[in-house]
Amino acid sequence: MDLSAINPVLLIASLMVAATPIMLAAVGELVVEKAGVLNLGVEGMMIVGAIAGFATAVGTESPVLGFVVAALAGAVLSFLFVILTQYALANQVASGLALTLFGLGLSSLMGQSYVGIKPPSTPKLDMGFLSDLPVVGPILFSHDFMVYVGLFIITGTWAVLKYTRVGLILRAVGENHDAAHALGYKVVRVRVLAILFGGACSGLGGAYISLIRVPQWTEGMTAGAGWIALALVVFASWKPWRLLIGAYLYGGITVLQLNAQAAGARIPVEYLSMSPYLITILVLVFMSADRSRAPASLGRIFHASN
Amino acid sequence: MKFTKLMTTATVALGLAMPAFADETTKVGFVYVGPVGDGGWTYEHDQGRLAVEEAFGDEVETVYVENVPEGPDAERVMTQMALQGADLIFTTSFGYMDPTINVAAKFPNVKFEHATGYKRADNVSTYSARFYEGRAVQGTIAGQMTKSNVVGYIGSYPIPEVIRGINSAYIHAKKVNPDVEFKIIWAFTWFDPAKEAEAAQVLIDQGADVILQHTDSTAPQAVAAEAGNVVTFGQASDMSEYAPFPRVSSIIDDWAPYYIARTKAVMDGTWTSMDTWDGIGAGMVGIGEISDAVPADVKASAVAIRDALADGSYHAFTGPLNKQDGSAWLADGETADDGTLAGMNFYVEGIEGTIPQ
Amino acid sequence: MLRLERRPSPSKAWSYLTPIVAVVATMIAGGLLFYILGKNPFEAIRTIFWDPLFGEFSSYSRPQLLVKAGPLILIAIGLALGFRAGIWNIGAEGQYIVGALCGAGAALALYPLEAWFIFPLMIVAGALGGMAWGLIPGFLRVRFGTNEILVSLMLVYVAEQLQAAMALGLLRNPDGFGFPGSRNLQQYPSAFNAEIIAGTGMHWGIVAALIAVIMAYITLGKHVLGFQIRLTGEAPRAAGFAGVKTARLVLICLGLSGALAGLAGMFEVAGPAGQVSIDFNVGYGFTAIIVAFLGRLNPLGILLAGLLLALTYIGGELAQLTLGLPSAAIQVFQGMLLFFLLAVDLLTNFRIRLGKMEAV
Repeated sequence: MDLSAINPVLLIASLMVAATPIMLAAVGELVVEKAGVLNLGVEGMMIVGAIAGFATAVGTESPVLGFVVAALAGAVLSFLFVILTQYALANQVASGLALTLFGLGLSSLMGQSYVGIKPPSTPKLDMGFLSDLPVVGPILFSHDFMVYVGLFIITGTWAVLKYTRVGLILRAVGENHDAAHALGYKVVRVRVLAILFGGACSGLGGAYISLIRVPQWTEGMTAGAGWIALALVVFASWKPWRLLIGAYLYGGITVLQLNAQAAGARIPVEYLSMSPYLITILVLVFMSADRSRAPASLGRIFHASN
Repeated sequence: MKFTKLMTTATVALGLAMPAFADETTKVGFVYVGPVGDGGWTYEHDQGRLAVEEAFGDEVETVYVENVPEGPDAERVMTQMALQGADLIFTTSFGYMDPTINVAAKFPNVKFEHATGYKRADNVSTYSARFYEGRAVQGTIAGQMTKSNVVGYIGSYPIPEVIRGINSAYIHAKKVNPDVEFKIIWAFTWFDPAKEAEAAQVLIDQGADVILQHTDSTAPQAVAAEAGNVVTFGQASDMSEYAPFPRVSSIIDDWAPYYIARTKAVMDGTWTSMDTWDGIGAGMVGIGEISDAVPADVKASAVAIRDALADGSYHAFTGPLNKQDGSAWLADGETADDGTLAGMNFYVEGIEGTIPQ
Repeated sequence: MLRLERRPSPSKAWSYLTPIVAVVATMIAGGLLFYILGKNPFEAIRTIFWDPLFGEFSSYSRPQLLVKAGPLILIAIGLALGFRAGIWNIGAEGQYIVGALCGAGAALALYPLEAWFIFPLMIVAGALGGMAWGLIPGFLRVRFGTNEILVSLMLVYVAEQLQAAMALGLLRNPDGFGFPGSRNLQQYPSAFNAEIIAGTGMHWGIVAALIAVIMAYITLGKHVLGFQIRLTGEAPRAAGFAGVKTARLVLICLGLSGALAGLAGMFEVAGPAGQVSIDFNVGYGFTAIIVAFLGRLNPLGILLAGLLLALTYIGGELAQLTLGLPSAAIQVFQGMLLFFLLAVDLLTNFRIRLGKMEAV
């Protein structure tokens, strides 16, 4: 096996790109779950975002507009989830699954006429001499703009959750919605906003796959990325920075196993392909020793009944 | 489908239930494993179906069901098609083999055509394309166009068809460039754009400047376009939106001539069960237009190989060739027989790596 | 303004009406969707709901309903027991695969021996395989507190890779010309999960599903375990005080649902599917989650929900065939069905009143 063929700098650069869509969806879901809602419909919102963004980018020749519309589309789809869980008080797990199913079908329908079309390309940032620096250049300064947007959203989420009043209210609603309600916080409104944010982020993640990662539209192209994003939120113990690490770890192992294959590794390919998932489980087990647990009201239905 | 739509609307007006097919036309059904919109395998089969409609107009009616999983669902869909009056059914995936045989046994008057399989019956034919001939042309171009002498290959599943393709490409790349090296990644999927993009990126990172693929999406082309100086080839369909560079040529599955011929055979009553394994010559394997990014002499050599394969004067697997372990396989001038090719599970000498088992 | 007011106790009348209301609402919304797609809505709805049951070739499609619904019901029963207790087994698909591999493996290991004990052996192997796969997340949760949703889901992907490895390696048919996939079990009489009564589609998997429904009904209604499950789900702290050992419950629920999913996989691969191929799994493990909720986690409800969902699958195929409806439209339709059921379900627990909107 020719290990020298694996270039660590390129490896890190490519894992950041591989991790971005999942990271985007996961940070949205993290906010939703912090508010006490479990939305399993991430896959559906991602893929609707993927087609909406793709269609818009193709129609307007602008990838940026594509991302904006993708975020909106994800939010609109998540509104269905809002109606079901916040107003019709339905079970959250089932509602999320219904959303996934619906989103997958809807995106396929919407995308019927967009197959095989090439979208406008999203340029990689070229920051002049910064991008040409030997190691740091490709890793930090040569990505497309969405990678940076993703990092910005994670940083922003962490800061808001930790340092602002809004973040505090969100966490309070997630920990104990009855107490929060008694204190006069508008539980439903906070949750609705959180869910819409989650939908928007998932939409962005999906659009990243269809506009940058691949880029192409095909039915079912997210291929389970939404479920990985959900897993990552739990893996990260609902902490934004851990999410970043988790996403990079997952993306890194996936890219690494492909690199190992190409370099001629002796391990059977199927077992190499299993490695990202097995390692995720292992790390999760270790991290379970951590005190942090889920927001206490996660998944429970809130109804102000007095 | 115009005729069907007309009939269906009329039926609704009368408020009666009616089967899908009317009585005088030949009814042809298609069972697809993926979506028609995949831009690759299923898309090309559907193009074949549309060609049949165009060729025969009102004399045929076609129907299709897409996204049919292999297994009991496939058996059910085929049965429903037969019950609804189909005369000829094309089942377009290897995994439909046993369901096709099962259903064919229940409907002896319906003809079945199973793609890429090996089980036949009185009313079941099999057909496949000699894609490895297309790989020979690709290998010839790849070997000459690579500057790093590293060619990346994205394999789908380690089945004989894919291994044939790898071997054929390698043999012909090596012929024009003795220093060439192949790096192979197994994606374990026929179609997963994200995974294919990753695989392509990894291969490029490891030095490949030509990418061959046996997976069906355009993702590797897009990645190559980003990278800038990587050559790719279209797979299953032309992928011409990436021409003239990085896509310099392609292998196009062209099922239309075969489908039209078989439909005609059913209409004429001359249909018999047979095994068809056609290549470039019969038109089943199309070589996409070689773009201008390819130097004239390279293009000429590729065209020469293509034409020699087409008229039968050259066989892609001609000795002297050894297996990967060094043992002799084909003597000088000897060509591989179809049986060995059909079950090919070994690499030829020179390819590094093992086939996943 | 409309206001929701909790009923003192769930309304019996509405709990029977809501599924019907939901189905009707889906038919209307679905019809609208089909109309937008350019198809006649009445025709489409009739093709999906009526034709498979009473249409021209329904003598073929009715038994197919059982074939399609069987694994769904079997898996969903197991899942529902866990869901009721707040134990989320999302990895049924992986347990299905492993059960199928173990069951088929047991049979193929003994090939070509013909004996009466092969099929029962396969059943045991399938159940044990699925159970083991389900106990992994169970054990990790009990010992380390690891979230079972994540682990069971990751194990699905691992199982899929394992399946590919088996189909290409250990279980590959030596007479198969190098192609992947195992020997076809339909041609191995001792192992074949054939129809018990010809023409009805009823194979042992369906029988198992029906037995599971009955057993689950009895367990939940009359047995201590059922009581503990329901208590843990509705009032976890009270359950703790009542002496329910959560760890034991987690292992039982995950093990049981794993075993049932594994059985479903084994019956499917030894019967309708016939062989272990690289990707013989079709998502029953995930669809069963939907069936469990459609059936409101109640065994009898699951039986009906499984049949209803199977109807939409088979009707959907017919609609593709006879009307040219795209397969994506059927997925949207199924999603709508679930949506409406979930939304309408609220009427069972709440009354709608006119009055001032509460501050929320």
